[in-house]
Amino acid sequence: MNSSALKRGTPSLSQGEGWGEKPDVPQLLEVRDLQVAYGGIQAVKGISLQVAPGELVALIGSNGAGKTTTLKTLAGIIAPVSGQIDYDGNSLIGRAAHRRVAQGMALVPEGRGVFARLTVRENLQMGAYTRSDTLGIAADLERMYERFPRLYERRDQLAGTLSGGEQQMVAMARALMSRPRLLMLDEPSMGLAPLMVKKIFETIQEVASQGMSIILVEQNARLALQVAQRGYVMESGKITLSGESRELLGSDAVQRAYLGG
Amino acid sequence: METFLQQIINGLVQGSVYALVALGYTMVYGILGLINFAHGEVVMVGAMLVISSLTAMLSWGVPLLLALPISVVLAMAGCMALGYSIERIAYRPLRHAPRLAPLITAIGVSILLQNLAMMIWGREYHAFPQLIVSQPHHIGGAIINDIQIIIIIMALAIMAGLMLLVHRTRLGRAMRAVAENQHAAQLMGVDVNRVISVTFMLGSALAAIAGLMVSANYGLAHYYMGFLLGLKAFTAAVLGGIGNLRGAMLGGLLLGLIESLGAGYIGDLTGGFMGSQYQDVFAFFVLIAVLVFRPSGLLGEQLAERA
Repeated sequence: MNSSALKRGTPSLSQGEGWGEKPDVPQLLEVRDLQVAYGGIQAVKGISLQVAPGELVALIGSNGAGKTTTLKTLAGIIAPVSGQIDYDGNSLIGRAAHRRVAQGMALVPEGRGVFARLTVRENLQMGAYTRSDTLGIAADLERMYERFPRLYERRDQLAGTLSGGEQQMVAMARALMSRPRLLMLDEPSMGLAPLMVKKIFETIQEVASQGMSIILVEQNARLALQVAQRGYVMESGKITLSGESRELLGSDAVQRAYLGG
Repeated sequence: METFLQQIINGLVQGSVYALVALGYTMVYGILGLINFAHGEVVMVGAMLVISSLTAMLSWGVPLLLALPISVVLAMAGCMALGYSIERIAYRPLRHAPRLAPLITAIGVSILLQNLAMMIWGREYHAFPQLIVSQPHHIGGAIINDIQIIIIIMALAIMAGLMLLVHRTRLGRAMRAVAENQHAAQLMGVDVNRVISVTFMLGSALAAIAGLMVSANYGLAHYYMGFLLGLKAFTAAVLGGIGNLRGAMLGGLLLGLIESLGAGYIGDLTGGFMGSQYQDVFAFFVLIAVLVFRPSGLLGEQLAERA
């Protein structure tokens, strides 16, 4: 199929080459030649990617491709070996994870990382840890309960007693409580029933439409590319393909490797 | 009956002290999975600081009502600084080391502090200044004095305050979050190192109060007093379920009662063969029994997962 519009290999740094990037709009996140070693293994071997303000970008690839490591590095949990991460025009290299949260980055980690021994409400309050606007926090808490009525019903329950889908809601709502500018989601659909996946993806689209930038890591490539504007394909620690979502969806390589066609 | 009531009173007083010290053990364990064996020495330093500063101020003619609070604040500040330094210097570099390394380091810190205290305060017993004429009260044939009443009330108030802090404040929420999942807490914007430091300082402040209580109750302090006290408070924490705050309080009070009742009746039980000097045996009998029959403690649940 038409894969000629796709870029192979690491996207070049020069702007204005197309692919939906508007040359004059500054990127919210700009990653250049990032290399990360994790547990003695070179998990990320020099990737570059950009996220513009308000953009929903999918990062797809098979298990062990380095997607989770990439997100953890962006969040500051793992330190990179080399490369540049610029967020909002400033380098993040050497900046502690908790400071990145205060600057508007939020990661919903793989496996959700819900605090099982805290109540649902306390989990959401933890999401607002870096904020001090008491009234705004209370208002956002109400908003989350409206978005996820299930969490309102269970607000005083320990989060560990919730189902997997409900815990994913807690993790999402908790991340949103920090009012992030860049939301990073690691496999939000993993282990969830189809109905719950639908609910989670509706939420993703909704917050994206409100202008939040999102990086979506997914094994379910079709689902991810359906909601994202652009996508990157990662294989063995490298970005092998990138471009507009509909082009990736139509490309032979992606079809064969990730869409089962 | 009179003996029984008297032993209950003694047990509650001693148990209050154990509970405060056990809280320090359990808070640190809950957050780092580390048994801070130097914690008993922090209690000792607290007692020494109170006695030294109080004695000095009284000799300068500072009125008691001013000298006592100042010396308590001084001791708390000193112990908090000590607790902070212990974590920063001895434990933090070993945060990701195998579990044995910080454990041995803790024992090393404990010995170091004992020896430093011996160099500063000497080997002799230090007397707690006679502050008030502690009035004995008679309840059903048993005697309780003012200092003991103050100890029990203070301990209960401090424990209630700690529970409020841990369960009702932003800091307490962060402490529980860090205890459960440090990575996830970081992702919420929590400065994990700061929370750990604060935890050590809180535990040390409680230790300072405990040091004040023990030395006021017995009228004495000694550079070696932290060892046995620390070991018993650790037993109390294990009895209640280490890592569990309510468990530490319950374990402390129970251990105090067991010890005191045991000491009160051991003579009768053994036909006079063993006397109350065997009091210490009970604490360690309890420790062994708990470890054999219920290693997770009375209120603990998830020890197997952590250990």
